[in-house]
Amino acid sequence: MSQISCLSIVFAGLTCALSFQAQAITPGEQLGAYNSQAGAPAQPSRGQSFFTGKHGKEWSCASCHTASPTVDGKHASTAKVIAPMAPAFNPERFIDAAKTEKWFRRNCNDVLGRECTAAEKADVLAWLLTLKR
Amino acid sequence: MSHPVFIKLALAALLAASSLSAVVHAESQGPRVTPLPSYQQECAACHMAYPPGMLPGASWQRIMGALDKHYGADASLEQTTQRAISDWLKAHAGTYKRVSEQPAQDRITKSTWFLRKHRDGEVPAGVWKRASVGSAANCTACHSNGAQGNFSERDVKIPK
Repeated sequence: MSQISCLSIVFAGLTCALSFQAQAITPGEQLGAYNSQAGAPAQPSRGQSFFTGKHGKEWSCASCHTASPTVDGKHASTAKVIAPMAPAFNPERFIDAAKTEKWFRRNCNDVLGRECTAAEKADVLAWLLTLKR
Repeated sequence: MSHPVFIKLALAALLAASSLSAVVHAESQGPRVTPLPSYQQECAACHMAYPPGMLPGASWQRIMGALDKHYGADASLEQTTQRAISDWLKAHAGTYKRVSEQPAQDRITKSTWFLRKHRDGEVPAGVWKRASVGSAANCTACHSNGAQGNFSERDVKIPK
C-alpha cells in the first residue's frame, strides 16, 4: 500500500474519531494525522521549546505539565495532580483523538490565547514521543 | 447481589450517612448524590467534583454558561455534554436557606457558610498557602474523603 493511501486511511480514522468520539488510535497514528494536516514533518526540538516557553500569557504548557512531562504535573490553579503526558510514561495519552483535540483546544487558548496549529500539535506530540524510559 | 439485600444495605448506609451528617453539622453540602459520569469525567479532570448542593442553581447556571472563561482557564465542552452537566447541576443544586445565597464570583469558598466553617479560629490563615494545600478549592488536601462527598470534621487531616 502506498504511503499516501496509508495516510488517508489514518486521516479518515481521525475524522471518524472526531465525529463519533472515543475511537481508539495510537499516539503514532495521532502524530501521523497532525503531520498530514500540517503538510510537513514535525520537529521534536521545536515542540520542546514550544512546550516549555511562554507565549505572551501567564502560563506555559510546562506550568502545569512540568518541563519534563515524564512525571506528574500539578494544575497551576487547583493544585490537582496531572498524570505524565509522555505516552511512554502514561499509556492513556493520545489514544482518543476527540479527547486530544479537546485538551489542545482549551489549553492552547489558556497558553496562547488561540487554538494551536496542526504543525504545533505535531511538534509537541513528536517531542513527547521521543521521551523514553 | 440480590435486590432486597442491596436495598437494606443502601438504606443502612443512607441512615448512617444522615445521622453522621447531623452529628457533625455537616449539612451545608446538602444530601450526597451520585455524580453524573460526565460531571465526574469532565469537571474532576481539573478539580474535585464539587457536590452540586454546595451552590445554588443560579450560580451553577452562570458557571456552565461561561466555561470558556472558567476561573482563569478555558474549560469549554462540546454542547451535548455541557447541556447534560448543566441540567444535572440544576436538578441537584442547593435549595435550602444557607445555599440559596449566591456567593461572590459563584465560588463555593466565598459562601458565608464556607467562610464561617473555615474561619481563622478553625483553620489558621497560613494553611491555605502551604504547598500541600495550594488553594481553598483543593478540598481533598484536608478532607480526605471529600471526593466521596464526605466532609465530616472527624476525617479532616490538615497536611504540613
